[in-house]
Amino acid sequence: MARKLPRKDVVIVGLGWTGSIMAHELTDEGLDVIAIERGPWRDSPTDFPPSYMQDELRYRVRHELFLRPDQTTFTFRNKLDQTALPIRSWGPFMPPNGVGGGGVHWNAETWRFLPSDFVLRTHLTERYGASFLPQDMTIQDWGVTYDDLEPHYDRFEYLCGTSGTAGNLKGQIQEGGNPFEGPRSRPYPNPAQKQPFSPTLFAKAARELGYKPFPQPSGNLSQAYTNPLGLRLGPCTYCGFCEWFGCGNYSKASPQTTILPVLVRKSNFSLRDNSEVTRINTDRSGKRATGVTFVDTSGEEWEQPADLVILSAFSLFNVQLLLLSKIGEPYDPVANKGVIGRNFTHQTVSTVNGFFDSKKFNFNPFIGSGSIGMCIDEFNGDNFDHGPHGFVGGGYMGQVQTGARPIESTLVPPGTPKWGAAWKNAVRDNYLSTVKPGTGVHGSFYAYRDVYLDLDPTYRDRFGRPLMRMTIDFHDNEVKQNAFLTDKFAEIITAMGANQVAKQYRVAPYDATQYQTTHVNGGAVMGADPKTSALNRYLQSWDVPNLFVLGASAFPQNAGYNPTGTVAALAFHSAAAIRDQYLKNPGRLVDA
Amino acid sequence: MRNARLTSARRAAGALVWLLAAVASAVGAESDPQDFTQVERGRYLAVASDCAACHTVPGSGRPFAGGRAIETPFGNIVAPNITPDSETGIVAWSDDAFEAALRKGVRPDGARLYPAMPFNAYTRMSRSDVLAIRAYLNTLEPVRHAVVANMLPFPFNIRAAMRVWDALYFREGEYKPDPQKSPAWNRGAFLVDGPGHCGTCHTPKSFLGGDKTSQYLQGATLQGWFAPDITNDSRRGLGNWSVDDVSAYLRTGHNGATAATGPMAEEIALASSHMTDGDVRAIATYLKSLPGRQDGPPPLRADDPAMVAGQAIYRDQCSACHGLDGKGIPRLFPAIADSSAVRATDPATLIRIVLRGARSVATDAEPTSPGMPSYGWQLDDAQVAAVLTYIRNAWGSAARAVPAEDVTRARSALASRPD
Amino acid sequence: MKDEPVMRVGFRRRELLAGTALLLLTGFASRAAVVQGPLPWAPNAGNPPVPARPGPWAFFTGAEGRAVEAMADRIIPPDPQTPGGKDAGCAVFVDRQLAGPYGRQDGLYVRPPFQNGIKQQGPQSEAGPAQQYRQALAALDNYCKSKYAGKVFADLTDDDKDATLKGLESGAVKLDGTDGQAFFEQAVKDVQMGFFADPLYGGNRDMAAWKMIGYPGARYNYLDWVDRHNERFPLPPVSMAGRAEWTPKTR
Repeated sequence: MARKLPRKDVVIVGLGWTGSIMAHELTDEGLDVIAIERGPWRDSPTDFPPSYMQDELRYRVRHELFLRPDQTTFTFRNKLDQTALPIRSWGPFMPPNGVGGGGVHWNAETWRFLPSDFVLRTHLTERYGASFLPQDMTIQDWGVTYDDLEPHYDRFEYLCGTSGTAGNLKGQIQEGGNPFEGPRSRPYPNPAQKQPFSPTLFAKAARELGYKPFPQPSGNLSQAYTNPLGLRLGPCTYCGFCEWFGCGNYSKASPQTTILPVLVRKSNFSLRDNSEVTRINTDRSGKRATGVTFVDTSGEEWEQPADLVILSAFSLFNVQLLLLSKIGEPYDPVANKGVIGRNFTHQTVSTVNGFFDSKKFNFNPFIGSGSIGMCIDEFNGDNFDHGPHGFVGGGYMGQVQTGARPIESTLVPPGTPKWGAAWKNAVRDNYLSTVKPGTGVHGSFYAYRDVYLDLDPTYRDRFGRPLMRMTIDFHDNEVKQNAFLTDKFAEIITAMGANQVAKQYRVAPYDATQYQTTHVNGGAVMGADPKTSALNRYLQSWDVPNLFVLGASAFPQNAGYNPTGTVAALAFHSAAAIRDQYLKNPGRLVDA
Repeated sequence: MRNARLTSARRAAGALVWLLAAVASAVGAESDPQDFTQVERGRYLAVASDCAACHTVPGSGRPFAGGRAIETPFGNIVAPNITPDSETGIVAWSDDAFEAALRKGVRPDGARLYPAMPFNAYTRMSRSDVLAIRAYLNTLEPVRHAVVANMLPFPFNIRAAMRVWDALYFREGEYKPDPQKSPAWNRGAFLVDGPGHCGTCHTPKSFLGGDKTSQYLQGATLQGWFAPDITNDSRRGLGNWSVDDVSAYLRTGHNGATAATGPMAEEIALASSHMTDGDVRAIATYLKSLPGRQDGPPPLRADDPAMVAGQAIYRDQCSACHGLDGKGIPRLFPAIADSSAVRATDPATLIRIVLRGARSVATDAEPTSPGMPSYGWQLDDAQVAAVLTYIRNAWGSAARAVPAEDVTRARSALASRPD
Repeated sequence: MKDEPVMRVGFRRRELLAGTALLLLTGFASRAAVVQGPLPWAPNAGNPPVPARPGPWAFFTGAEGRAVEAMADRIIPPDPQTPGGKDAGCAVFVDRQLAGPYGRQDGLYVRPPFQNGIKQQGPQSEAGPAQQYRQALAALDNYCKSKYAGKVFADLTDDDKDATLKGLESGAVKLDGTDGQAFFEQAVKDVQMGFFADPLYGGNRDMAAWKMIGYPGARYNYLDWVDRHNERFPLPPVSMAGRAEWTPKTR
């Protein structure tokens, strides 16, 4: 029997980026807020110090900062007629765990989606006609536009101190930036980071091929910065231990460096860590959330009542909690009804490795940062005419040098044996002169009727609750998109002067043993129509108006960019709606 | 937080007004808890005197209820309950008794106070000052909490021995302004030597625990830290800081050069960050008027084995935050180059921070509170000594090398410390 | 949708605060929120890495250790410039890893039922790496004994060792009761991992592998080298345990 705690105004489930943003906004509004986080408290000097963070084995190979599959995992199958089996060891994505969430160990690649991404179905139908889209592709418009989100993208970028070069200032295309981006109201808060040798060479080759390369927008700071909350960040020192690792010297934007020190000082905020929320509770009508139930490390159950529930766990866990709490109609792919679990997507990534003459090229590849790199956007979204190609979607591509930690970066040219003297010599000869893009081709993953989430019928977690089941495979559209993009990328790597390139296309079937970014999205999507969406434009549940569900679970489909900028912009957008409208008049903010 | 306490204190005052009116009339209206001006002045002086640092157990939610053990070289003394509780507090003391305690070091029963209570500094406040503090204390919520103050081992637990100590080291008397100096300088001198009692930590002590007045404010070791030289010495003191730098440090815990950690972090959080701009500037003005010693060893040669090893460690590890040029990042990572703290006579604080790590203070003005990780697991004693020797003698600095034995001793002494 | 009752929930913010505070004081204080106020800190906070302890095998039997050392020396043969897998300590690395959480599958999802699936669904075995190595090494030596006149793997000639390993790799050589191909694939990964991991963990002795490829190790600041394109980085590698130059040289 769960023991009841004193009521709070707001309970926030999961203290990652969106939880921290919402907690900061609502405590500023004067509300009494408690955040409940499944994982432990984490902070830079105590958990990611630059004395032992540089440990590839511990953090990259053994995943020490991440969720343990034993705590919870997923089952996976490609197709509906298969039996899903547990992902016993990660995996195609890496679920975060702990205060800061994925914001601790992301690369800090901070993109905005294109204006056309938010009205995707309308846009593509208008340009190419409805029959150009596969019949089982379930993409839809978001219910919110780029212009709605622009001020919130800006807010997140200034919170983080994002380092970049603007490409479109209020409609004026700027030299050196991304000419395809949506208009921004002001420049980035910090200039782009310095680029090492290989991205510089990539940009030169790209320019010669007629493209317009630009520095990737980076949450690794190019210089010391004080954010609007008064928090100080330092300059990134290019250590090469970014994604998978916490930052040791306060130079990567994270909840820890941009929000938490100010948040925890507020007397109307408190945090319980190492406490897992197991259920969102609703009243008898099922239309009002009354709070959450959580379990502490001793296994004791507690109930935290609250007037407003913010669900801001990692995207997949948002969906799982909705299913387990019986909020919203679960999606049935056969009947094509229901919304929770629908439009589940990931990312379509691939790369091309380049092997150069070691007597002429020394890239010092270990000098890296999560999001330095030069990229081109000519093949993203609908930035090019898809008519001749028979697919939709695309992605950015670039030489993003995130580092060259030796366990995973000692590549050998194609045809080299995988072991023995030949292998050893090839490693010796190639390490410093190999281009191994940290992010090569980063393509979109559109939504399909048979790619979805539901509860597994067989496998359970340590509390006896059903695991969530992922049914996911690559469709022809994404495979074609990736082949096209990978070939274009290979042209640039070759033009850099590579002796040999090794293309690594992304092909079906979707393989749960290959890491493919942690950009898993959807399952509780936003939209204008409650029949095809779980949330309205403010991420408010259509079914339970005092429940807001933040995160990439709201994406109706994934674009060809890293999601965090958009995830944060949506969170700021929701927070503004809660502060300006909901608190004055609690209830549905949007009529269906 | 302070405002919340004030609000509840005001409410408590309202509830207690009838009781206190009786008490006040019994002892005379000199310290009158209903006089707003006096109470406010007393509150400010209590902050400047940092009463809370000793008389409040941190996190207890019971301000000034005592119970906190104060470490002295002679043993622990527990600070008493100074709330207006009728049984365990000091509400029944007369104004004269209160003044005698703060300004003369004598309890109402005639027993002498140990100088852990810095009466030898507070004596510089006037009677009117201390009675204002009394007035403020009387508005607080009474807390029932009995405290046994004297936990010292024999023979130090004999209070009568304080007679001798007082004769040697205690000069009673209000602060006398120097007419040749500016009002700011005088205010600063009053604050430093009076309520601020800076010398209690920053002036080295004789073996009997009295001030070595010839080394006034030149730095002292206590509780495993080194409270640095705060005269205007350019090597080890404030010589390279402007009045603005000193003021920023006292008000926010951080300035372009460094950050406060350890016991000074607590002082800043409880006291100087709540003082007025004018007052911290006055303190800065006074301190910077004190001439430094201007002595010190020549720098070590760059090829000294400790320097060579220290430079390797610095490049491989420390530079990640403190920079390849030693300049750090203002208000985030303290500067190591040209730093008084690094050149301190006694490297106790440096050794401690490297071995155990440190957290700098968070204030409203500077909330980041950056931390330094601990290196005790990674560096052995010779390596810690080498890197400290290096930073003390690089970039134009010069200071005594740190022997490995100092680190060995500190490591075992610190192992038993909880803080 | 318009007919649905609008939910109105009153917010009594400051009064709520006061009420909450009262309740907290009266009894639920022991479960009060964990983090509030200053950022948590304690001296010596953190979780430094646990170095591999030198000494006898922690997991392998003598025979298993010999076999893995021999495999390591073929996967990474010695040459005049750089030690092979054995002298680099790769077998020590694998041994310590198998004796620890990796070998035991700590933290992985090991609940039943265990069923075989498609390759994309990943390993579905109840046995962890430690058990798998034990089984496979026994089977490997048995295979060698039967094929090479009673000699275990470690006692074969280098050519025969290579032939055996190539056979495992291609699937031509089958091991009794265990998937030899999967085992060899994992062994190559583990040995090479030990070669390139921080020497703290038992392999990469003396940072030999890092010196071989020119990897500067556990450094954190390259600010002065980002702009130096196509130049060789001159500093020697450093481990999380430091490097020789960190200790002052006594005259």
